[in-house]
Amino acid sequence: MATAGWQDNPILTVEHLTMRFGGLVAVDDLGFDVGKGDITALIGPNGAGKTTVFNCITGFYKPTEGRITMRHGEGDHGGALTEATGKGLRFASSGPASVHLLERMPDFQISARARVARTFQNIRLFGGMTLLENLMVAQHKNLMVASGYTFAGLFGLPGYRRANRQAMELAKYWLETVGLIDRADDPAGDLPYGDQRRLEIARAMCTGPQLLCLDEPAAGLNPRESGELNDLLRQIRQDHKTSILLIEHDMGVVMEISDHIVVLDYGRKIADGTPEEVRTDPAVIAAYLGVEDEEVDDIDVIAADMPEVATRAEGKRDGGGA
Amino acid sequence: MAGDVSPGRFASAMKDAVITTVIAAALFFFLVAYKTTLVTGIGLVLEQRWDRYLWLLVAVFVLRFSWLMLTGGRVRAPKSKVTITPRGDVMRYAGIALLLLGIALPFIITATAGRGQRLYLDLSILIMTYVMLGWGLNIVVGLAGLLDLGYVAFYAVGAYSFALLAQYTGLGFWACLPVAGILAGFWGMILGFPVLRLRGDYLAIVTLAFGEIIRVVLLNWYSFTNGPNGISNIPKPTLFGIDFGRGEGNFADVFGLDYSSSHRLIFLYYIIFILALVTNWVTMRLRRLPVGRAWEALREDEIACRSLGINTTNTKLTAFATGAMFGGFAGSFFATRQGFISPESFTFIESAIILAIVVLGGMGSQIGVVIASVVMIGGIEMLRNLDLLKSVLGDNFDPNQYRMLIFGLAMVVIMVWRPRGLISSRTPSIALKKRKRIGADMVAQGEGH
Repeated sequence: MATAGWQDNPILTVEHLTMRFGGLVAVDDLGFDVGKGDITALIGPNGAGKTTVFNCITGFYKPTEGRITMRHGEGDHGGALTEATGKGLRFASSGPASVHLLERMPDFQISARARVARTFQNIRLFGGMTLLENLMVAQHKNLMVASGYTFAGLFGLPGYRRANRQAMELAKYWLETVGLIDRADDPAGDLPYGDQRRLEIARAMCTGPQLLCLDEPAAGLNPRESGELNDLLRQIRQDHKTSILLIEHDMGVVMEISDHIVVLDYGRKIADGTPEEVRTDPAVIAAYLGVEDEEVDDIDVIAADMPEVATRAEGKRDGGGA
Repeated sequence: MAGDVSPGRFASAMKDAVITTVIAAALFFFLVAYKTTLVTGIGLVLEQRWDRYLWLLVAVFVLRFSWLMLTGGRVRAPKSKVTITPRGDVMRYAGIALLLLGIALPFIITATAGRGQRLYLDLSILIMTYVMLGWGLNIVVGLAGLLDLGYVAFYAVGAYSFALLAQYTGLGFWACLPVAGILAGFWGMILGFPVLRLRGDYLAIVTLAFGEIIRVVLLNWYSFTNGPNGISNIPKPTLFGIDFGRGEGNFADVFGLDYSSSHRLIFLYYIIFILALVTNWVTMRLRRLPVGRAWEALREDEIACRSLGINTTNTKLTAFATGAMFGGFAGSFFATRQGFISPESFTFIESAIILAIVVLGGMGSQIGVVIASVVMIGGIEMLRNLDLLKSVLGDNFDPNQYRMLIFGLAMVVIMVWRPRGLISSRTPSIALKKRKRIGADMVAQGEGH
C-alpha cells in the first residue's frame, strides 16, 4: 500500500477543525483523512483533544470551525462535496457517490444517515436491558420503518414480524461474534467489564455503520482481552468492510492493528503516518515523554533506543496476530 | 422483660427516650398543647390543652423506653437491598386472576353488598379510573423515565374537551371520546416541544407549571369554560343508543329487567375497565415495538440513544403524547361519570396521587400500578368509614381528618421498605431463550430521580 493510501480514497476527511470552549482551544486547525477500509488510530497524551475530535465527528459537539466530510459509495465525490458545501446542505450525492457534512448534522442523524457509529470511553450500555435488547435498540431505525412508525407494528402485521426476525438474526450474529451469545438474556449491567466493551462494539455494529469510531476500546482490558479485541477489530474490517477510527492509549494495540496513526498534542496534529513513521518521529516521542523544548537535543538519544522498542512490538505482533 | 438487661443498656435506653421525648415536646407543642377555637362573639381564641400534651409526652417516653429495653434498639435492617424478583409465571397468573376478578367484580358487589352496592360500585369505578391514569402515566414515567408532575393537565384537557364538545355540538360520549384523546395527545406534544430540552428536576418543575397553567386557564376563561362554575349536564354514555334512565325504551325496559340505578354504574364500570385494558394492551405492545424499546433505552441512557441514531426529541414526544392521550380518555370518562366538572377536580394533588401510584407500584410495572391504586384509592376511601378506629379512639375521632396523615405514613413506610416500589423488576421485551426478570438494582430510573 502506498504511504498516502488514506489520502487516495478517504472515507472521512477532517479539515481545519477547530473547537473552542470559551478561551480554551481544545482542537486547533486539525486536518486528517481516514482511509476507506483502514484502521486509523488517533493518539496523543492525556488532554490532547482526542475525545473532542470524536465528539465533533459524531455530532455531540458542534465544531467552532471546520468541515467534516463522510463519503459513501465509489466514484468522484468532488462534485457532491462542492454542491453540499456551497448550498449549505447536510448531504448531497452525484451518482453512487454521496457526501455527508457531519458538522451540520444532529448527532442522531450522523448515526442513522451518515452511518458513523461510536462507542464511549466510559461504557454507555443500557444496563437494565438484556444484551439482546441492547442490540435490538441499535437497529431502531430499520425496525421503526418496518413497523410503519409503530402503527403497523401495533397490529403485528407480517412485514414487521419479518423485519423483527431479521433484526434478531443480526443481533444473534453479533452476540456470537463477540462471544456473548450464552448471556443474551442477561441484563447488560451484569456483564464483566471486558464483555461490556465488546457488547458496546457489537451494539455499534448493529447500526450498520460504514465508519466505526471507538473511544479507548482497550481501556481496562487485560492482555488476553486486548488480544481478542484486536482480532475482533480485524474481523470487523475484513468481513464488513467497515473502516475504523479509534482513540487508544495502549500502544501495543495501536502499533499492532493500525494502518495509519494521527498524533495530537495540545489540539494540534504533530504527526500523521504509518505506525513505523510515527514510532520514530521525534516530535511524538517528545510529546509522549514530556520533553522540554530545551531538551530536544536529547531526543536523538531516545530515538536511538526506539528500534529496540519497535523490535519488541514486532515480536508481540507476530505472537498475537496468529 | 428480658433477663439479661445490663445497666449500660438501661442508661442508653433512658438517654434515648429522654431525647425522643424532648423532640416530641417541641413537635407537639403547637400541634397539641394549643388549639384555636371559634367562640361566638369573641372570635378565635387559644385553648390550652396541657393535660393532653403531657399525657402524649408520657406515652412517647414510656413507649420509646420500653421498646428500646425490649428490643435493644436494634432495628431490622430495611430490606431495600433485597429485591424480591417474582417469577414470571407467578406474575402471569396474578395478572389473569386480577383480570377475572375485574370482570366479575360488579356481580360480586351486587350479589353481596346489598344496599351498600352503589358505594362499592362507585369506589370500583374510581379505582379503575386511577388504574388507567396510572398505566397512562407509567408510559411517561416508568418507561421513558421522564418525571411528569403535571399529568392531571391531560386529564383536564380530556374532560373539558368532551364536556365542551357535548355542550357546543351536542355530540355524545362515544363520538367525543376519540376526539378528547387526540386533543389531549396533541396537548402532550405542545407541552413536549419546549419541555423536552430540559432534564431532570427542571423537566419536573415545568410539567408541574404546565399542569397549573391549564387549570388556571380553565378557571379564568369564563366565557368559554364557565370558569369556577364548571360545566354541568354532561351527557351520560349510552349502550348503542340505549340510555340507562327510567322508563320506556331504556336499558331495563329493553332487556326486561327491573329498573335499578346500579345498571348505569355497572355499565360505567365496564367502560372504564375496557378503556384501562386497552391502555394496558397498547402499552404492552408498544414495549415490544421499536418505539417502546427506544423509550426504555432513553430511560437507561439518553446519550447512548443518540449515538445509535435514535431521535430522542421525537421519542420523548411520542411518550408524552401517548401518555397524554390515555389521560385524555380517562378525563373524558371522568366527565361523563360525574356529569359535572370544574377546575377544582384537576388540582396538583391529583397529579401527585397518580404519580404516587406509579412510584409505589414500581415504575414500569403494570400489576404494581393496579395494586397501588387499590391500596391508595380504595384504602383511603375505606379509612373514611373505619368504625374500628372510632371504637378505639372514642366517638369524637373522625378518621376523615387523619386519613391524609395515615396515607403519608404509609408512603414513608413503603419507601423505606421497598424504595423501588412494590413490584420492582423489569421483564425484558424480547428473549432469545427465556425471559428472565431483571432486578430493580440494574434498571435505571431515568431523569429527575
